Amino acid sequence: MTALLEIKDLHANVGNKEILKGLNLTIKAGEVHAIMGPNGCGKSTLSAVITGNPAYTVTAGEILFKGEDLLKMTPDERANKGVFLAFQHPIELPGVGLAQFLKAALNAKRKANGEEPIDAVQFMKYMNVRATALGISNEMLKRPVNVGFSGGEKKRLETFQMAMLEPDFCILDEMDSGLDVDALKVVGQGVSVMREPKRSFMIITHHDDLLQYVTPDQVSIMRDGQIIKTGGPELVEQVEASGYDNF
Amino acid sequence: MKKEQSDLLNVVNSPYKEGFETVVETEYAPKGLNENVIRYISHKKDEPEWLLDFRLKSFRHWQTMTEPHWFHGTYDPIDYQDIYYYSAPHKKAPKSLDEVDPEVLKTYEKLGIPLKEQKALSGVAVDAIFDSTSIGTTYKEELKKRGILFCSFNEAVHEYPELVKEYLGSVVPYTDNFFACLNSAVFSDGSFVYIPKGVQCPMELSSYFRINARQAGQFERTLIIADEESSVSYLEGCTAPQRDENQLHAAIVEIIVKDRANVKYSTVQNWYPGDKNGKGGVYNLVTKRGLVMNDAKLSWTQVETGSAITWKYPSCILKGDNAMGEFYSVALTNNYQQADTGTKMIHLGKNTTSTIISKGISAGFSSNTYRGLVQMGANATNAKNVSKCDSLLIGDKCGAHTIPVMKCANETATIEHEATTSKISEEQLFYAMQRGLSAEEAVGLIVNGFCHEIMQKLPLEFAIEAQKLIGVQLEGSVG
Repeated sequence: MTALLEIKDLHANVGNKEILKGLNLTIKAGEVHAIMGPNGCGKSTLSAVITGNPAYTVTAGEILFKGEDLLKMTPDERANKGVFLAFQHPIELPGVGLAQFLKAALNAKRKANGEEPIDAVQFMKYMNVRATALGISNEMLKRPVNVGFSGGEKKRLETFQMAMLEPDFCILDEMDSGLDVDALKVVGQGVSVMREPKRSFMIITHHDDLLQYVTPDQVSIMRDGQIIKTGGPELVEQVEASGYDNF
Repeated sequence: MKKEQSDLLNVVNSPYKEGFETVVETEYAPKGLNENVIRYISHKKDEPEWLLDFRLKSFRHWQTMTEPHWFHGTYDPIDYQDIYYYSAPHKKAPKSLDEVDPEVLKTYEKLGIPLKEQKALSGVAVDAIFDSTSIGTTYKEELKKRGILFCSFNEAVHEYPELVKEYLGSVVPYTDNFFACLNSAVFSDGSFVYIPKGVQCPMELSSYFRINARQAGQFERTLIIADEESSVSYLEGCTAPQRDENQLHAAIVEIIVKDRANVKYSTVQNWYPGDKNGKGGVYNLVTKRGLVMNDAKLSWTQVETGSAITWKYPSCILKGDNAMGEFYSVALTNNYQQADTGTKMIHLGKNTTSTIISKGISAGFSSNTYRGLVQMGANATNAKNVSKCDSLLIGDKCGAHTIPVMKCANETATIEHEATTSKISEEQLFYAMQRGLSAEEAVGLIVNGFCHEIMQKLPLEFAIEAQKLIGVQLEGSVG
């Protein structure tokens, strides 16, 4: 398996505060890689930096995605290369219908790949298949993006967006925080269905909740802005048994 | 909806595309304003004595007035003596389109408004106003068969003098305000509409205003009379070339909506807004008002994207019992544009109702003000108003202001007002960009979502046009 994502000696700040302090990580194509660590260790910062959130500044290091320098790209360029982030706190877009939003996003990606925009009929078919599979109702598709949805519904909709955009690299940022069992199942199912040899997942979490539904290939433990240990799924059990202090 | 969206996004990066100038032989009145210039205009238009008197009376009154300055914003003083009050591309008024300068016809084609009958827009009759004259009206004869009169204002003065005489100044008297008074003195041309009793106008009527000449003001006047139980939908569009100096546009629209009649007036205002640094642009100082009789309805819809200065309050005098007034507005300002716009709903009759929905979008260094008056008269028993004013800010250098005034002299009348202000946040932009949309596409989607409710009120072709305009106007507002 070749590396899809390679992070080398990454340092990043929020304001003047350094959060990532020389982080190294490699994620291979087809791999489900869990990033586990205590609150405040920089897990969410890692996802923000990979996706190009302007609130964070990279001060050193590099991120290669499919061999290309990700840090030189704007957030939309990264997205259209296949980087997707399922947000821990999805943002509301009042007045923008979900279906309309996803069609625009899908067409942006097609345009970046030199493809023609998808026509309305094709799009409806494409969307309905995925919506049905994840229990997203027609009414939800018409509503504005994330407006007035419960926490669990929002996470389900993030999973749905991921299924719609079929990215090569999916980051799930603390998707399991505050989720009930049913919603966890939907998210887990979404990941399992999409699992395939050329697609990788980075699941950021500090519990094993979601990992009960998705078995990771690799697990990395993060503390104080660095990856301190990488291993197999057995690390999840170690964390659950004795926390992060033993790493 | 989906198609319009992609259109919108395609044009986000294009500049003000109507900014070209047409080179035509132009005739001007002497620069500046005095009684002789007014006589000149009246003479050029071959007007009857009573109309010249109306103009002179207005001019004399105007000289006693001072320019109002309660506008929320600032602009360079207007030098009323440094303006041409009459400019026309012909030596003579054209009798038919064949006599119109081909360059002028090309201008309208370039703007997407072909005037020759065989090419004319289907379902829309257009009166095209170029500087101070109407250069042609399409579908005129066809409409006439149903008794509908649709022609230039000047033609109406000659063909239907009794109608013009009866209604001119009946809704906006020449004494009304400084700019309306100026218009009453110097108005050049405009559109005239009469819909007879019981007739439903079978197509959209439209006027398209174009200021071309340098340093010329445009002072058109529109008079619409909807007789009892008639109905009409009227559209107004406007553009101007890109110029460094400011241009003055002071228009009047008067609408009479008789018992049980229904008038819908839609505007897409796209006067040149000035450049990125606030240089140039049109001063749009307009008085629009309708008189609404028993069980009649007047609906104003406006999409304001142009002009350096917008000063405009389309209003309804709800005189008859059960009269209805509506005002739906999207005002977008970018760069250094300043808009102070809103409406007045004057409830005089019983059970009169009015609805106001205003959406202001500010970007760049612009200022966007909603100013409204809802007045319930002593006899307005059970009258009802609902107002909703929403503002959307893009960036942190622009301003949004809401100045609603409510006056109620009848205990049974109700007024509801609701206002919100929101901002397109960095988080929203990032979220949309994470899904692959460019910053401009993201803002376009959010802005279109914000004003969707109003866009739906516009006739379809206009809605598409308006959405495109909003995309163009937002160019450079992010990033």
